[in-house]
Amino acid sequence: MSWALVFEQSLNGLQYGVMLFLMAAGLTLVFGIMNLVNLAHGSLYMVGAYLAVAATQWTGSYLAGVTLGLLGTLLVGMLVEVVALRTLYERDHLDQVLATFGLILFFNELVAILWGRASLYTTLPSWLQGHIELFSGTRYPLYRLAVIGVGLAVAALLWYLVTRTRLGMLIRAGASNRTMVGALGVNIRLLYTVVFGFGAALAGLAGLMAGPIYSVQPGMGELILIQVFVVIVIGGIGSIRGALVGALIVGVVDTLGRAFLKPLLGYLISPPAAESAGPALASMLIYLLMAVVLALRPAGLFPARG
Amino acid sequence: MHIPARLLAASLAAASLAFALPAAAQQKVKIGFITTMSGPQGVIGGYMKDSVELALDHLGRKVGGLEVEMIYGDDQTKPDVGVQVAEEMLKKHQVDFVAGIIWSNVMMAVVPVVTGAGKIMVGTNAGASPLAGKSCHPLYFSTSWNNDQTPEAMGKVMQEQGVNDVYVLAPNYQAGKDMVAGFKRYYKGRIVEEIYTKLGQQDYQAEITQLRSKSPKAVFAFYPGGMGIQFLRQFDQAGLRGQLPLYTVYTVDEISIPAVKEAALGNWETRFWSPDLKNAANQKYVGDYKKKYGKLPVFYGAQSYDGILLIDSAVRATRGNLKDAKALAMAMRKADFKSIRGPFEYNVNHHPIQNFYLLRAEKTGDDIEMRIKKTVFEKHKDSYFPECKMPW
Repeated sequence: MSWALVFEQSLNGLQYGVMLFLMAAGLTLVFGIMNLVNLAHGSLYMVGAYLAVAATQWTGSYLAGVTLGLLGTLLVGMLVEVVALRTLYERDHLDQVLATFGLILFFNELVAILWGRASLYTTLPSWLQGHIELFSGTRYPLYRLAVIGVGLAVAALLWYLVTRTRLGMLIRAGASNRTMVGALGVNIRLLYTVVFGFGAALAGLAGLMAGPIYSVQPGMGELILIQVFVVIVIGGIGSIRGALVGALIVGVVDTLGRAFLKPLLGYLISPPAAESAGPALASMLIYLLMAVVLALRPAGLFPARG
Repeated sequence: MHIPARLLAASLAAASLAFALPAAAQQKVKIGFITTMSGPQGVIGGYMKDSVELALDHLGRKVGGLEVEMIYGDDQTKPDVGVQVAEEMLKKHQVDFVAGIIWSNVMMAVVPVVTGAGKIMVGTNAGASPLAGKSCHPLYFSTSWNNDQTPEAMGKVMQEQGVNDVYVLAPNYQAGKDMVAGFKRYYKGRIVEEIYTKLGQQDYQAEITQLRSKSPKAVFAFYPGGMGIQFLRQFDQAGLRGQLPLYTVYTVDEISIPAVKEAALGNWETRFWSPDLKNAANQKYVGDYKKKYGKLPVFYGAQSYDGILLIDSAVRATRGNLKDAKALAMAMRKADFKSIRGPFEYNVNHHPIQNFYLLRAEKTGDDIEMRIKKTVFEKHKDSYFPECKMPW
């Protein structure tokens, strides 16, 4: 096990963590500020991927496709908030879960009707194909480095937005005391719509970046949603910083577990036992981590309130 | 309104005739077809249904010379839903046959329900080993294969080519382990490492990094459905395609090729059938399928097409005596129909004895299609039939 290998696997973990962060940021904002459990967040990820593929085909340009996909998901998110979710804020979480689960079915069938059930063909523009030699013998796909770059840039932008701007101040205020913010004359409904649309656009960004590496098909959002919930539980609900730290921890732990747990177990127990226990344990690792975090810090690593 | 007397008389005569007919008109074959129509895997069910409909077109919308009624059911990839759908078909619709089913776990749950009701089950995909071995049943027939046979063929290919230092990847569930076991039954060379990934995993970059660090000479993988699309893309993006030969089973097919295109080029697969298989029945099937649906059929569909032809042959041979399931099963054993795979006969466990081919994804004009390169097995039998104690 060389250091170059560990470094490359850590990069893989970072890249996965960054994807999870883009999803988790929107989900945790909506959860923390509107007190809304949005199971349909994965559907917005799917919508982003589909819109980007369709727009890329339509315009013939990758960058235009990505931009249109992002704007489209923002609009779809705001529309969903206005049409479906507005009435749910005062209801209890079970009603929200039921309604947003209904949205998942609705969106999955809608994309199946519009684009069919088969996985769509996606490809990268030539300037994002290929790989980079990091140091001797370590080749890394260029696209994945780009994903890391975009993800970290978005994280920095979010940090600036939340801590240094008026909108961010309102978001933070909304997360700690909604009633008070409303009483001070802030248009809380508009704030909710903007925040939800924003979260949707982040999910859409994750989806359109996932498109060329994963499979663009109905139901693609549900495959990643569970890990995203693990991230926000570990990070602390409602906290952007928690989402970033939680996502990076989950990404790195999951990747390194898949890569190195089996060989490491081989030193401790007999190789055949490690052969069967390794993969099973590796796929449980992030849930074990979540259980430990919940036991030690029930509100997550960076609780938003208090 | 004035109605001419002659017309009135004619309609009366027609009506009385219509009332006199029912006794004969009741003779109708009802076939329940279970597959997955919804969710991410619903695409496979669509291909199967299309092929069933094409088979009925070719039979003049009749099965064994009788009127046919198809009842399609969606198992949602869940065994309990599959059982529910099968029970509804048997009790409410009173079907004479149940066919279809993609997934081994759904099949294992549904077969006892159908055979328990004294009806015939024709499996058109799932190849669970118990059903070929000790749980074989006189009323269960397969028009596909046993799970192990396809990887056995690939194991033989790689053994004969003298490929050494193989890196093996499969999802961590029963079929994944079965595929690797089947592969190792014929491949005796060095295996660098066997990796089992989480079922439904999306990202294989960590595994691909590990793989490259071990510098294998070839890769054997089993990644069906969406997993395959993701694996092929990421293998290609890591720059390994063309550098490291990739041998797969159930990974590159006519469903995944349109999604990955170039990323599939040069990949090796083994299979019992391919759209370019040269025989009259297959050329008619593939040609008419392309004409009707505007795309190539996939093996899931080819097996379902055969399933309908098999039922047709049995109903024909028993002159439409649908009540006698034993006689129908006896007729099915003869497999008296023109299969899309060419020669077709049944082994004692009601699984086909058939050829297996080596295929390669190649560029043909603008498209990428699978091409048969050679015959790996002739008249191959699965390795479970000796455990089947059914009287033949």
